[in-house]
Amino acid sequence: MPTAWWNMASEGPASEGPASDGPASEGASIEAPVRRITGPLDSVTSSALRVGEVLRVDGVIWALRDATLIRIFDEGKAPPVDLTGAILLHSAPSIRKGEDGHYDPVSVGTTTSMRMDRFTRGCVEQLGARAIVGKGGLSRTSGESLQAAGAVYLSIVGGAASPETQQVDAIEETYFEDLLPECLWKLRVSNFGPLFVTMDSTGASAYEEVARRTEERRAKAEQILGI
Amino acid sequence: MTQAGAGRVAPAGVGARIASGPERIEMSGPALYAGLAEVSSFLYKQALTVLPPDVRSAIGRAQQNEPDEGARIRLRVMADAVETSDRTGLIVCQDTGIPVYFLGIGTEIPIDGARLQQALADGIEQATLRHSLRSSVVHPLTRHNPQTNTGRGVPIFHVEFVSGAPWLDLLLVPKGSGSENMSFLAMLTPAEGLAGVKRFVLDSVISAGAKPCPPTIVGVGLGGTADECVALAKRAIARPVGESHPEADIAELERLLCAALNATEIGPQGLGGATTAFAVHVEYAYTHISMNPVAVNIQCWRGERAKARVHADGMVEYGF
Repeated sequence: MPTAWWNMASEGPASEGPASDGPASEGASIEAPVRRITGPLDSVTSSALRVGEVLRVDGVIWALRDATLIRIFDEGKAPPVDLTGAILLHSAPSIRKGEDGHYDPVSVGTTTSMRMDRFTRGCVEQLGARAIVGKGGLSRTSGESLQAAGAVYLSIVGGAASPETQQVDAIEETYFEDLLPECLWKLRVSNFGPLFVTMDSTGASAYEEVARRTEERRAKAEQILGI
Repeated sequence: MTQAGAGRVAPAGVGARIASGPERIEMSGPALYAGLAEVSSFLYKQALTVLPPDVRSAIGRAQQNEPDEGARIRLRVMADAVETSDRTGLIVCQDTGIPVYFLGIGTEIPIDGARLQQALADGIEQATLRHSLRSSVVHPLTRHNPQTNTGRGVPIFHVEFVSGAPWLDLLLVPKGSGSENMSFLAMLTPAEGLAGVKRFVLDSVISAGAKPCPPTIVGVGLGGTADECVALAKRAIARPVGESHPEADIAELERLLCAALNATEIGPQGLGGATTAFAVHVEYAYTHISMNPVAVNIQCWRGERAKARVHADGMVEYGF
């Protein structure tokens, strides 16, 4: 039965690296051991993460998506903040603007990463991001960029925005407000996740592994259909 | 954060903090359309917040049947999201979707169709402003966002007239982009036959992979013209999970396709596992002698939808 990649990968060195606090009891309702990391990430931690690990994040995560990335890379307008070590999240939250001008999250969820695939290299090379959180995975080309930069792709459960929203303590800063809701958002998070390491700095990709296995299983599906 | 036990998801509405829609509306004059706008506003927030009972059962069954630990965790997070929304009134997914209405207009209820559509659009706008919902609807060229989740041609309306019925059915599906972007149409030849149809469905779901947020409800349209075929596939995803087509040969095709898609082990979120599709639903129309159209429309794991039936006496019933 289909357990191989998950079990194999979780045998890796899961608890080394300076930003890790080791398995946390707060993730106890989730069966696998959970590793805590903090954003921004240092390069030792990001390059030690391995496909199959389950993570929770504390600290800062930066949300951005299509329009933000087009602004930064296609229009050449660098964000006015240092994103070295950043954990990026492919997201455009629903927000409510308070009377003092700050934004409160109404719904923070995660969008399909493949639409932003061509910006991966810029994110890790130019901006210095060390992790990209999204859903659905990135291409092999992006995987090579992540590998070269010692960065990782982390999968969240898409569509499950209500718990995700509760893990966002505050929206601390907002840039490119004219792109609302596709701004660059600085989020303060606690126990954010679970996130699944699905592309790592060794070049391993859980998505490629599943795609390879799906091709192997195509014959079984065709047999059921009698084609 | 509470967690569902394996295979158990709370029934719809338990602990939900969502306000209810109007129980009765005036059936004449401007008040009728103001009432319908209120019903529409409620349906939009309801669909985004409270998932249908059949979807909850499907998540529970998938958890019970899942041998892969990672897949089980991902299904558990889905169950947790359902319950978090029940408890807090937070919408389940940040994607507020593009509103799609299926209208069943009874011929025995006096209604002005144009004003009905305007009222339903007004309701979407009201809910968007009232609940600070993200506006996901833009002009296709300028990408201008009116911040109302409406615009030219939106909501999308699919209209059927129901002979002799003294009621009006409003079924709202706020369709998320992750799954809607995974839509497929093929104008196959008659010689490609049913085998071609089956292969196209399989290939479409494999190529969609993780992107539509599996486990999905896979809608298949057969026959008609190109436009009708795609509309049939959309209608198919709006059917409750587990409700087979009433015709035995179509129901058997649904069962076979679902078994084949799950044999791919694409799994929850496309990261491997036993459940790739909660269900496959097929809808068909007659087609041309030299055509064999097939369309695939995919709904994400949330299967969001909300329904109201407005009776001729103004009483309103709500469901999924």
